[in-house]
Amino acid sequence: MKRARLKVLGNEQIGPYFLIRVGCGALDPGCPGQFFMLEAPGRVLPRPMSVCLAPAGELAFLIDPIGPGTRALCALEPGDAIHVLGPLGHGFRLDVERPLLVGGGIGIAPLPFVSERLGAPPALLGFRSEWHAEAAALIPNAEVVIEPTYVTEAMPAGHDVLACGPEPMLETVRALSPDAQLAWEAPMACGYGACYGCAVEIGGELKRLCVEGPVLAAA
Amino acid sequence: MLLLNGSGCLDALIAPDVARALDAFVTKTITPLPRDGNAPVRIAETEHGMLNAIGLANPGREKFLDEVLPHLRELGFPLWVSVGGFAADEYAETCAALDDVTIELNLSCPNVDEAPESAAEIVGACRAATDLPLYAKLSPAAWDVADTARAVEAAGADGLSLVNTIRGLSLDERTLRPTLERGSGGYSGPALKPIALAAVYACARATTIPIVGMGGVRTGRDALELIAAGASAVALGTVLFSDPDAPLRVRTELDVERSARGFDSAHDARGIAHWTDAGQRADVHANVL
Repeated sequence: MKRARLKVLGNEQIGPYFLIRVGCGALDPGCPGQFFMLEAPGRVLPRPMSVCLAPAGELAFLIDPIGPGTRALCALEPGDAIHVLGPLGHGFRLDVERPLLVGGGIGIAPLPFVSERLGAPPALLGFRSEWHAEAAALIPNAEVVIEPTYVTEAMPAGHDVLACGPEPMLETVRALSPDAQLAWEAPMACGYGACYGCAVEIGGELKRLCVEGPVLAAA
Repeated sequence: MLLLNGSGCLDALIAPDVARALDAFVTKTITPLPRDGNAPVRIAETEHGMLNAIGLANPGREKFLDEVLPHLRELGFPLWVSVGGFAADEYAETCAALDDVTIELNLSCPNVDEAPESAAEIVGACRAATDLPLYAKLSPAAWDVADTARAVEAAGADGLSLVNTIRGLSLDERTLRPTLERGSGGYSGPALKPIALAAVYACARATTIPIVGMGGVRTGRDALELIAAGASAVALGTVLFSDPDAPLRVRTELDVERSARGFDSAHDARGIAHWTDAGQRADVHANVL
């Protein structure tokens, strides 16, 4: 875990989302599914974002501007600089035989990095609209479904599922595929185990998602 | 000048390097029995601070003493143990079980329902149970925090930790329902600084025991202000969440700030807020002399 002030290299809108690219400086990009805390200009707390892509010398984050912090991040311009802390948490295990990436909405954010590391395995992505689905272009070899169809209706059996998306989607994936690896989300103040804000129920106990996850085994 | 963390704002076992940059590490509050804490959502950001309703999540006294404290000791830095409970004897039993630490009595968690006995009663029971240094952590929500400070000093407290969070509420911008599952939470961050300053200022005049100032410290300038108000140590809380490098940065900034004002050490600036413009000490209690 290191903290550095990184320069914004680019900000590209993809459907309703924004792909923010920063120079990664001395920071290690970590493993797919790990995350960084990004300083949200003008806000008290940073925001946790999983790595979307990590080309040489860069980190890219896919962000949905849904609140004051994410709106501040999506308003960043090339040349701006923000503090970034990471990499944090535990990412996806990549020693899988028949990977299938499953993503819903902004939950696809960590999957381009996973796809790259696994050599473009098949992916199944669900979105609210055609506009949101523009982000599917970040992931090769992807089948896209649009609401009212859900990814969990189109999920083939017999795969090692690596999934990220809204909670109801992850719960359904868990039921269909008990061996899946699921990337969860929770509000976090710190991202490194200090605040106890991101507690989720794991094995019947409340535990810190930033320490135990954000990727957890389904069963 | 001692720099600490606010209780519940750092886990030294997960982030030992952050704790090592402090002069002592303060644990999350330990209660007699284990507590899971409150159901999520537990934190919310506001415009000028944050709310938390963690709810004293901790492994409980027995597991803390057997499993956590030995690992903390291995790290080698001075330890403060934050002690909580729901009755004076619960606090006192934990105090009696501790050795070779400083104790901070959490007399003011805003995130549990049980009303504690009076701060002075708890301090008195703990004083009878231990010879270890006892700091009383007080709420800034009291009508007269200086009054409470005098009472805990009389009951045997060796120092004061000022201040805990103050109760606040935030509403979801879309649904207009409370953001936190519990409803209200403890408010901390930049907005707490003037409240902390007022408490430190008032208690420095009212007591003779040392004060750890905390509440909204982000910079060395903030730390210097708490020292000027009468604190002899400063703790970092919410700033650690956004900046784990804050201990070193705040220390460096504090050196720059005090030297720019002609003080040879931060200690020399202690209580300066109580002096008159003519450079004379105001007629205040010994604590700020």
